Amino acid sequence: MIIAVASGKGGTGKTTVATSLAAAVPADTFLDCDVEAPDAHIFLTPEFQEQKNVDILIPQVELRKCTACGKCADVCQFNAIALMGQDPLVFPALCHGCGSCTLNCPEHAIQEVPRTLGVLECGPAAHGIQFARGLLNVGEPMAVPVISQLKKWRSQRNTHLEIRDAPPGTSCPVVESLRGADFVLLVTEPTPFGLHDLKLAARVVKEINLPSGVIINRDREGMSGEVRSFCKRAGLPILISIPLKRDIAEGTARGQTLIDIDATYRKRFQTMFKEISNLSVLPDSQERSPTLGG
Amino acid sequence: MKVAISANSPHQDARFEPRFGRCPYFIILDTATQDRHVEPNPAAQDRGGAGTRAAQFLSNQGVEAVISGRFGPNAYTALEAANIKMYQAQGGSMESIMEDFQAEELDQVTSSSGTGRGRGRGRRRR
Repeated sequence: MIIAVASGKGGTGKTTVATSLAAAVPADTFLDCDVEAPDAHIFLTPEFQEQKNVDILIPQVELRKCTACGKCADVCQFNAIALMGQDPLVFPALCHGCGSCTLNCPEHAIQEVPRTLGVLECGPAAHGIQFARGLLNVGEPMAVPVISQLKKWRSQRNTHLEIRDAPPGTSCPVVESLRGADFVLLVTEPTPFGLHDLKLAARVVKEINLPSGVIINRDREGMSGEVRSFCKRAGLPILISIPLKRDIAEGTARGQTLIDIDATYRKRFQTMFKEISNLSVLPDSQERSPTLGG
Repeated sequence: MKVAISANSPHQDARFEPRFGRCPYFIILDTATQDRHVEPNPAAQDRGGAGTRAAQFLSNQGVEAVISGRFGPNAYTALEAANIKMYQAQGGSMESIMEDFQAEELDQVTSSSGTGRGRGRGRRRR
């Protein structure tokens, strides 16, 4: 089964939850999909043994054959190729590598050449976990190809447990991280920002029709009422509440998972995993309800 | 010479718009005849790469100079390739900008103003 950990708001504790769950069960595979700023390796200490570049194919125009008809620029949805006077000009950072310009060039004047966006790395980590991550090159705007190639490289169907640590936000990189997952864990915090972005993330999860549940991190007595009533209204089960405690903050700052900090979390995460397995095992993905009990 | 100025409206009282790629309109002035007309910017609402498309549009219009506030890196590269000179205005009325341009009092832009402030992708909240 594949569990993705997402949040909307950044800094709510996605990686804390993802790595702790991975250590507790333990997971077979862990994919750090937050390719703009991966940090799960700090907690699961993998030894990277394999590397692979992430390339997309971008156009290269053979000016000798080009008649400056402008079809390439017309078909580009990303304005990554412009006809300036008689010369087509390619803007590599804007190109999504869709290949439309190449297909539509009547003179066959466009060749595709690889451009490296980032790198994938994998290796064995703590608790026997196979760890893999993507790393987007600094300054590159497109995270999705790195995430999709990371999944293609190391995601496996039919493992006992694969965990994906998703990036924050609710846009394409998050959707790509969640696609193909069986369950989404939404990590939130009892603040107006945490709740605001939880609502957005819950809408994304509903849109792609995945079962989900909520973990409240840095929870405090009397603080999480609004989050709890939202979850109730939205039919989102609250699976675990992690209190705001100094020893947890100190432990995570040292690179420890929750089960290193407090051994009782092992059992709690194992129980939660069993609950999730029971909740989301359905014969056919079409029969899944958007949210548990929702 | 045809010069384009980024503007926020197609009307007589249009104000200067400091964004190049995503300005809603260009006012195009022919300095030889003092004729002027308005063109909507086809790239104003694009998801990405507005600067490159706006530059291609102006190149097709036969524009030789453009006055705006900020030119992103892609827009800068494209305008430079098309041999379109870039000038920076600070604001003010269209009339005063046109006067300043014709009196050669506007600064020519020789480097990009940094990455686009476009519509963004709404991706990270950290």
